[in-house]
Parts: sequence; structure tokens; C-alpha cells
Amino acid sequence: MKDRFDNRFRNVVVIVTVLSAILLFRLFYIQLVAQQYKQFAEENTRSRKTVLPARGLIYDRNGKRLVTNETVYDLIAVLKQIEPFDTHKLAEILGLDTSFFSAMCQKLADEKRYYTPTVVLRELGNDVVARFQEQKFNFRGFSVKARIGRRFDAPVAAHLLGYLGEVDESDIASSDGYYELQHFIGKSGLEKQYETVLRGEKGYEYKVVDKFNREIGSYANGQFDIQAKAGTDLVSTIDLELQAYGELLMQNKIGAIVAIEPSTGEVLALVSSPSFDPSLLVGRKRSHNYPVIAADPNKPLYNRAITGAYPPGSTFKPIMALIALQEGTIVPTTTFSCHMGFTIPGLHVGCHDHPNNLDLVQSISQSCNAYYCHSFRNTIDHSKFANTEAGYRAWYDHLTRFGLGGLLHLDIPNESGGVLPTAEKFDNIYGKGRWRSSYIISLAIGQAEINLTPLQMANMMAVVANRGYYYDPHLVRSPMPQGLGLHHTAIDKRHFEPVIEGLAQVFLSGTARWYQLPDIAQCGKTGTAENPHGEDHSNFIAFAPRDNPKIAIAVVVENGGFGATWAAPIASLMIEKYLTGQVARAHAEKRILEKDFIHLPDTLTIPTPHEQ
Amino acid sequence: MSNKFWRHVDWPSVLVYVALSVFGIMNIYSAEQAEGTSILSGSINAGQQLRWLAVSLVVAVLIMLVDARFFITFGYYLYALAMLALVVTLLTAPEIKGARSWLVLGGIKIGQTSEFAKFAAVLALAKFLDGYNIRLTQTKTKLVAAALVFLPAALVLLQNDTGTAIVFFSLALALYREGLPGFFIWLPALLGGVFIAVLLVGFVNFAIVLVLLIAVVWMLASLFKLERRLAWAASLALLVSIGFSYGVDYAFYQVLKPHQQTRINVLIGLEDDIKGAGYNVHQSLVTIGSGGFDGKGYLQGTQTRGSFVPEQTTDFIFCTVGEEFGLLGTGAVVILFCFLLVRIILVAEKQKSTFVRVYGYGLVSILFFHFFLNIAMTLGLFPVIGIPLPFFSYGGSSLLGFTILLFIFLKLDAGLKYYF
Repeated sequence: MKDRFDNRFRNVVVIVTVLSAILLFRLFYIQLVAQQYKQFAEENTRSRKTVLPARGLIYDRNGKRLVTNETVYDLIAVLKQIEPFDTHKLAEILGLDTSFFSAMCQKLADEKRYYTPTVVLRELGNDVVARFQEQKFNFRGFSVKARIGRRFDAPVAAHLLGYLGEVDESDIASSDGYYELQHFIGKSGLEKQYETVLRGEKGYEYKVVDKFNREIGSYANGQFDIQAKAGTDLVSTIDLELQAYGELLMQNKIGAIVAIEPSTGEVLALVSSPSFDPSLLVGRKRSHNYPVIAADPNKPLYNRAITGAYPPGSTFKPIMALIALQEGTIVPTTTFSCHMGFTIPGLHVGCHDHPNNLDLVQSISQSCNAYYCHSFRNTIDHSKFANTEAGYRAWYDHLTRFGLGGLLHLDIPNESGGVLPTAEKFDNIYGKGRWRSSYIISLAIGQAEINLTPLQMANMMAVVANRGYYYDPHLVRSPMPQGLGLHHTAIDKRHFEPVIEGLAQVFLSGTARWYQLPDIAQCGKTGTAENPHGEDHSNFIAFAPRDNPKIAIAVVVENGGFGATWAAPIASLMIEKYLTGQVARAHAEKRILEKDFIHLPDTLTIPTPHEQ
Repeated sequence: MSNKFWRHVDWPSVLVYVALSVFGIMNIYSAEQAEGTSILSGSINAGQQLRWLAVSLVVAVLIMLVDARFFITFGYYLYALAMLALVVTLLTAPEIKGARSWLVLGGIKIGQTSEFAKFAAVLALAKFLDGYNIRLTQTKTKLVAAALVFLPAALVLLQNDTGTAIVFFSLALALYREGLPGFFIWLPALLGGVFIAVLLVGFVNFAIVLVLLIAVVWMLASLFKLERRLAWAASLALLVSIGFSYGVDYAFYQVLKPHQQTRINVLIGLEDDIKGAGYNVHQSLVTIGSGGFDGKGYLQGTQTRGSFVPEQTTDFIFCTVGEEFGLLGTGAVVILFCFLLVRIILVAEKQKSTFVRVYGYGLVSILFFHFFLNIAMTLGLFPVIGIPLPFFSYGGSSLLGFTILLFIFLKLDAGLKYYF
């Protein structure tokens, strides 16, 4: 029907179709053109779940387990799923104070972890887990999650095995996206050094999740999932029994033992004392025990075997002898007189009471200081060198080829390179060209500016045992170490025999003659290192057997006095244990075990770590 | 009823109605993630909606069987009844999601009475405009027509159901067709624009710009020797805009509730908090946008599976279409609605009776308003106001109300052809 306004129907049709067209354009834009919505949807609904593989185990050189995995249970909370619950009851089950929960909620809220499952308590005991699981329906938002934890099979080798800890910001930042919050990572020792070997490769599972991040199925039938690769087991070079025996002998003493297989550079034992049971620093016990152990004035966390640096004292003499022989300053038959020491105008280095005019072999077995002052002086002041400094540089070069004056790059962190003074250092002290051998004569007997780590001392002994070479000392046999260095000294092989004869005589007729073994030819050298902080350190280096040596060892007992008193018997007992598998010298062993340098009568009571 | 009557029924509209309703139930079934439960089961929304569709079809048939003149004769009575129901609802209804829109009698939920007020208002308006010597150019006619619309709108607003209340104003479109000055259509649109501009730049800045514009108008007037009257008119319009913009500023901050302020702010981009207030719209866009051209497949929508979109079976049902059927599905729905609306307009224009034409335009107004605003809302083009997508959203009252609204028109069309 026609009416006055019938032309308006077109306008209405236009409004309806134009606005519908706007909807179609908008749909066209957001569904076909814009890509961000597809990405948002992916991010919304696809959750990447990290699958952590089992960590590799650690074995000793004989296949005995040192570190294994065990299933541990952590308490997980999802803040937004927590409903009012009986805090007293849960606190009682977990063995905590109720204030734990308010602190926990606050922390989760601060970190905006509302829907993210978060570990709030580590390593619940099995009984706690059982009780929690029975009552779990009362505690919505809480759950228990299994994880692979670390277990130490023997209470030894804490320093070298190391431990795991939660990643910190810098671990995450430097891992190129590998680690996520609350992951574990090796924090020290082999666990840290071999982290990438032990951890394996994590995998991913893609899940479709709902808005509460609850899984509602696998994503794309798991076709994008990446299988986790299990970690590789480590076979250490350590001999568990020898290591444990070393730690036993060092009980109540401060110091270190390092034993190396000379022919391979494999470290057989790496003892730092005082030590601690590595299990004490695992899981929940860690938070209680760590401060106690860290506060111990004897610094059990400090790895003296590779970080401690000590003056070698007379254990330096075999190398001094080798350098002098090589430089032609002495021959084996050279003798020097000694009247209770080395005396030149204005300088006196004392010596102990021994027969006069000793030859090379005797100078080692009797540890004559004067012999080495003379030979050192004759070496670096030798006319073939332009000046003292040039002589010193030649001497220094020899030492570096024994692995001194720098890192040996042992495969655990925190190694120290010791101190070996350079010519520049003396230039700085005395002025260029203004210092002479007499200024630095103490170096000849391993005193003053020189400090070596027990590892360097053991390695230096291994070089002598090998008659002139060493492999980089290392702690892992498998996976095969890559690029292991073989280093030769500049000493002719023929010079070693007289020195080794001297080292053998140390046990047969010299300073360590009380520690002979019936069937094993031991070679060694005592050292009594003066130290400005107190009683002399008792040092000893040794290798055995004399032919085809199987073990080279260095022992340092801090403030132990004469090298012959403590370090020598400990080294000899270690040699016996390693080469014969047992210790027949019960008396010597008992004497060592009973010696206590730590718990002196008047010292403070040291709090002892406890188990739980 | 003879075969002749049934031949006059506009079957394309019926087909579109059935297609939209069935597609709606499919999408409700997907949105509530009821796989494993039969769609026939009354324990799920889709099964409920299927029952409501059956009830609606029975009611549609009944409407077809009633004499068409019944609706013309009893238009005012039905209107009065609907208004009474609104008042009773207002006084007795329990609060559900902040609104009092459910009529509950003897503990039984009868329905959302506002859904039935819609067709009652349309009937009353048609009846009124069909009266003798009624012209919308007359002020009195305008006032009565306005009253017929304002009364249900006010009652629904009192029920705290703002979205549905707004819908009644859509009837301005039907009145426009009947002679209401175009001013009533474009002025609200202009004021809407001013409203958004004020919120975007702030009242003070907006007012400064308008004052500068007045200055420019007078400069141009003196430079080009324009008629003073024109400059005065322009100045007056701008001054009115300043007054209005102050009103907007006041209304927005003093009258609107915080959640309404937030919704508007989210829409115009002042608030971009996709985890808070903007969550609904953001997830809605993500859900529809991620559907792409042909969708992720029925029951395969990851956003839908993950319940990311709130109210997805009701107000945001369009998201399911967008995600699982893609542009093909959303385009089809928009085109079907557009087809239905244009078809009703064309059918209405053919009517000899003013009553049927006005009713037809009333139907178009309400259907179009619902359809356009609901989808615009899911696409982030309009603030989130809780109004359902006709025939599609889950809700018995809504489906039944729209069915009655549509089928009264189809009956009037077919029946009056038959009788006259």
C-alpha cells in the first residue's frame, strides 16, 4: 500500500544491510586477515609441559654407586584452588607451624602465581606423604608431586660430587631457555661440571588446557611432543674405598689428600678435611644444615684439596734436584757442606742435625736445606744466563712444566692455581735487575712466596713417578674425557733415577723410614712447611711402587708439625690400602685415627649437623 | 484450515528460523562440552533448548491456527497483560545475576517476562498506529507511541536488565518508517559519537575544540560574507554539543555504575586489561578470530573446549560458531539474519494493512537490534550488554518469545491474505 513514507523502506533496508555488511567486514578481518587471534588462541589453550629425564648416576672407578636417584615428594599448591581448610590439621601432618600457610599464600600472590602449580614444600617424608594422601580431600588446592631426587650412597666425597640446588635467576638467564623456575641444577663439584651430561635433554609434551590450566587432552595427538633423553651416567676415576679410607684417616684433622694414577692422570682420591656427609645437604635437611656447616670455623665446605694452597716445604726438593741436574749445576755425586744450615754473608737458612757433606741421594733422604740453597743459587746465578733474572725465568719455566704456577684444569669447579712468583713480581719488589738469588733463597726449600695446592703437589709427584710427563688430572673416566693433555717436562729421563733413588731412601733410611712396607717399594719426600699463622704444616708426597707406579699421593695436615709425623704415615697407609686392598699396620692406623687436631680441650663446642 | 492458507505462509522465513534454531542448538551442545551425553538428554542445555524448540514449534502452529484478527482485536489486552507480568516480576522476582527478570510462581520459574513484553509492545504499537486518523507528525501521536515504548523499557530497566530495556528503543526504526522524523534516528547516532569523543579526549578538551570551531565559523562567516543566520545556527549546534558533552561527562562518572563505565572504557580502548574487565571481549575475539576461514571443526574448538569465553551458551554463543565453523559459519549466520530481516521488510511493505506493516517493522527492529548488537558485542564493536542472539542463544523464554514475535507476523501475513 502506498503511503507518504513508503520511500523510507529503502532507508531501512540500507541500514540493515550496511550494518550487516559491517559485521561481515569485521568478521573477515578478525578471522582471515588478523593473525594475532590465532596466536592468542594457541597460547591460551596449548600448554607445554616440560618432561625432565632421569639424571645420570655417578659410579666410582670400580662400578660402585656414589650417587643415585630416588623418588621424592614435594608439596604443590595452586593458590586459586585452595578452599578454606583446617590449617592446624595440615600443619600437624606436615610438621609445620600454621603461619607457614599465610606466608605461603602471600608469597604466591606476590609472585602472581594464582593458577600455576607451585612447589611450596620440598621432600616430604614418606609417612607425611601417606598421611597427607589419606586426608587430601580436605585440602583442596594442595597436592603431592613425585620428582627425582638425589641420594648419596656413601657418606663420603661431598666436595667432589657436589650437590643440586634450585636454579637461580642467573642460571635461568644463562641457560638459553633450558631451565625454568624450580628446576634443579648442579651447584658444585661433578654435579655442576657435568651438568649437561648428567641432566640429559628435557622433553616436551603439549597439552590442551582450559582456562584454569587444567589439562583436557593431548595437543595434536602428541605429534609435536619431544621425547626426553635420559642423562648419561658418569664413571668417576675415584676409588670409593680409598676415598672413604682417606676421609677416615683425616678425621679430626684439617688438611687434604690427593691421590693420582700417574700413568693416566686419573684422580683416585680427593679428600678435603674436615668434610661432611653429603646427604646432610639434600632436600629439606639442607636449609637447616647448610648454615650450621657453613658457620663451622674449620670451614668444611672449603675444598682444601684443590682450593687450599700451602707452601710445599721440603717436598719441593725432588724437583729442585731435577732442575739443577738438568741445568748442569750439580751431578749426582755433588756434595755441599752443611753446618746446621746454609750461611752466606748476611743470610742464614737453618737445617737440622744430619751428617755433613751429603750427596744428592742423601740430600733428599735426609732433607738437607743447605744442599738446595747452594744448588738453587748455583742454578739461577749460573754464568750461562745473562743475569739472575734470566736464570730465574729458566727455573720458573721448568716448574710450569711440572704443572705449577697455574690451573691444572681439574674437572670440578673452584680450583686454585696456587702461587708461583714471577720474575716481574720480584722486579716490582726490588726493582728491575736489583734482586739476586740470595733475596729469594727460601724458594729453594719450598718456602716464602710459593704456595701449591695439594692437587699440584700430587701431580708434581706423578710427574716424577712417570719420569717426566703427566696427563691432565681428571675425575671422570666415562664419558671419555676429550682433549686430555699430555705434558712433558724439559728434564732428561736419565736425571730421574738418582732423584727417585733419593725418594726411595726416604723410606729406607731417611725421614720416613718408620713407614716401610714389606713388599712395596715406596718413594716419597717429607715436608715441614713453615706457615706464618701457627704450627708448621705436615706435608708428604709419595708414589709407589717404584717401578710402574700405580699411585702418586700428596698429603697435607695443617699445623701437624713434622711431615714425617702425620702426613707421611697417612700417605703410606693410603698406598698400602690402594695397592694391597687392606691395611696390615694396625698400630700406625690406630695412631692416626686417634689423633685429634680439632677438638682441643679448650676450644668451643662446635654445633654438629643432625639428620633431620 | 485449508491448504490455501498454508500456501500463503512465507516458508523461506520459516526455513531460516528452523535453520538458525537447529544450528543454535548444535552450538549450545558444543559450547557446554557435553560430548558423551545425548543431545536429547534433558540434563544438558542443548537438550533443554531442543525441548524449548519443540514447545516453540507447537506454539507456532497454535498461532497459525488462531484467527489473525485475534491479535488485532486483543493487541492492547495482550500489552496490558505483559505490563502486569512485568510489574509482578519486578515485585516478586529473585535476583539472578544482578537482575530481577524471572517470574517465579509457586517456586516454579515461569520465564523472563521481558521476552514476552517485546511482542506485546509491538502489537500495541501496531494497533495504535493502525487507528483512525493517526499521524506520527502529530505531537500527541508521538507522545502516545513513545509512552507505549517507554513503559515496558522503564519496567525492564527497573528489573536491572539494561540490555533488554535498550532493545525497546529500537522500535524507533519502525516509527521512522511510519513517519517519525529522521532526526530521531540520526540524532542518537550523532550523540553517540559525541559521547565516545568526550570519553576519549575528556570534556574539557572536547569543549575547547568546539569553542574553537565556533570561532572558526565566525571567521569564515566574516571572510566569505556568509549569512549571519547560518553562522548563528552552527554556533547554536556547537553550543548544544558542549552542553550535551558536559551531560555525558556528568552522566558517565556520576550516573553509570562502575561496571558499565568499565565496559564502555574497554570498548573504546581506554582500558586494555585483557585479564580483567576486557577479558570477555578479548577472549571472544580470540575465539572467533582463531576460527579462520573454515573453523576448527564441530566440537573441536580449543577455546570452546577450554571454557575461555564466559556465557558461551547464551550471550556469547556466536563465538562457538566463529571458532568451530569459521568465516563460513559466521558469514552464513549473518547472511541468514540479513536475508530474514530484508525478507520481512519486503513482506511488510506488501501489506494492505497498516497494522501488519507496523508489526512487521517492529519485528524487524527488535530482531535486528538483537542480532546486530549481540554480534557487534562479540566482535568488540559495542559494549557488552547482555542481550541474546535471537533463535540461537540458550534460553527458553528468549526462543519462545522470538518465535511468537515472528510467527504472529507470519500468521498476520498469511491469514490476512487468506481472509481478504
